Amino acid sequence: MATERKDPGNDRAASDGPAAGGVDGAPASPERETPCLEVRDLSLSYGGVPALSHVSLTIPRRRVTAFIGPSGCGKSTLLRCLNRLNDLIDGVRVSGSVTLNGMDIYRRGVDVADLRRRVGMVFQQPNPFPKSVYENVAYGLRLQRGIARSEMDDRVEWSLKSAALWDEVRDRLNETALELSGGQQQRLMIARAIAVRPDVLLLDEPASALDPISTLRIEELIHQLGAEYTIAIVTHNMQQAARVSDYTAFLYMGELVEFGNTDGMFLNPAKQQTEDYITGRYG
Amino acid sequence: MSRHISEQYDSELESLNRLLMEMGGLVERQLRSAARAFVTHDTGLAAEVFTLETDVNRLELALDDECVHIIARRQPAARDLRLLISIMKAGTDLERVGDEACKIARMTEQVATFPIPDNGYIGIQHMRDIVIRMLTTTLDAFARLDLDAAYEVIAADAEVDDGFAAVDRALLREIDEQSDFVQRAVNTVWTARALERIGDHAKNISEYIVYVIRGRDVRHPGSARS
Repeated sequence: MATERKDPGNDRAASDGPAAGGVDGAPASPERETPCLEVRDLSLSYGGVPALSHVSLTIPRRRVTAFIGPSGCGKSTLLRCLNRLNDLIDGVRVSGSVTLNGMDIYRRGVDVADLRRRVGMVFQQPNPFPKSVYENVAYGLRLQRGIARSEMDDRVEWSLKSAALWDEVRDRLNETALELSGGQQQRLMIARAIAVRPDVLLLDEPASALDPISTLRIEELIHQLGAEYTIAIVTHNMQQAARVSDYTAFLYMGELVEFGNTDGMFLNPAKQQTEDYITGRYG
Repeated sequence: MSRHISEQYDSELESLNRLLMEMGGLVERQLRSAARAFVTHDTGLAAEVFTLETDVNRLELALDDECVHIIARRQPAARDLRLLISIMKAGTDLERVGDEACKIARMTEQVATFPIPDNGYIGIQHMRDIVIRMLTTTLDAFARLDLDAAYEVIAADAEVDDGFAAVDRALLREIDEQSDFVQRAVNTVWTARALERIGDHAKNISEYIVYVIRGRDVRHPGSARS
């Protein structure tokens, strides 16, 4: 079994990670990290109605970045811009730029299917195919040519192990995925997303349909995967953002109000608007 | 500061503030009584200091208990979190001020058999005045979250330290000249030391106020994590 997982603890300790930051010391900041996704002056409207307005932020590599804000603030829209999922909606206009490892993903001629392989996504409701556990994970791999059966088995096993699901499904690989619990299905979705070895994982409210224990499992998984992948997560659960993310972006009415390391955002935010939101006050 | 969406949360924080102020009020009474008892050799007044201690301890426990409940139920963040942590720590400092006041009351019992010195404990009185002002100002500053007042208290601590050094020097001279009163001199130094500690606690509380308002930990400058 060829596992490529590293100890997330060691990986972070070796770098100038956010954990090193403090209220009074020199806190970690996204600017000092290696950039993965760079959003510049991004605006988006649906049928003339603005949803994002001049958003600029840099999502660092191999860190977990959370987008928080009230309903309708544009956090899911921003997430969907990162793999061009908004392209599928009629009447969308996008301006500004998003680059992935230096490549402008909105440039003419970009292979959108390849982009979405590199930038995988998991949604709020787990949506397994009505197929076996194995086939759900292998699905994306089959679209890539030249993968031998034995390698396929290895990749499925590796993906399920990485998604902390292997021990629960190793004897049920050929049973239908629809029989799994909600929490297991969601980890299966994560296994499916990482099977194709993406650079980035986008998670849109990945635990909001799950019970508290399944939620903690998903959060633990996000923390572990954060050592290996660049992760952007949308959540309306602020405590979840505080628990899982290295960096937090607060959006309000389509604008980015504040973006910084999570410790700082939850202990001493710079903007009154952020403070009011995370402490549950009237803004 | 705007209100929480949850009115219940606001009233919980307000009740916590009231508890802290109630505790502060009791400790301030302990300090005033103890300091007056010492300089007048009034053992009756000193006894009152001890009777207040039970109430102070009870309030400290209540304060911690309330804080733990709010943290468990509300998962406070940002300024709310800083406020709760600071209230808990301020409660600890206030309780220690009460302990120091009890020490002064015990010193009073020991010096009461001696005559009051000719200078009427002028050095102790000077320290007492500064320390009482520091304590009342820091409690006021906590209630109003007044940054300027908090810094005023932090600065005043140096005066108390100077006051202690002066008392210490004067008593060494006195011990040389009047060896009959060594015990009184020793007790006086301990009382001065207790007042000096109370100044430290008042300063600590003011530093928490700065933390609540600014989010900056101003304790131990120079040892901040890099």
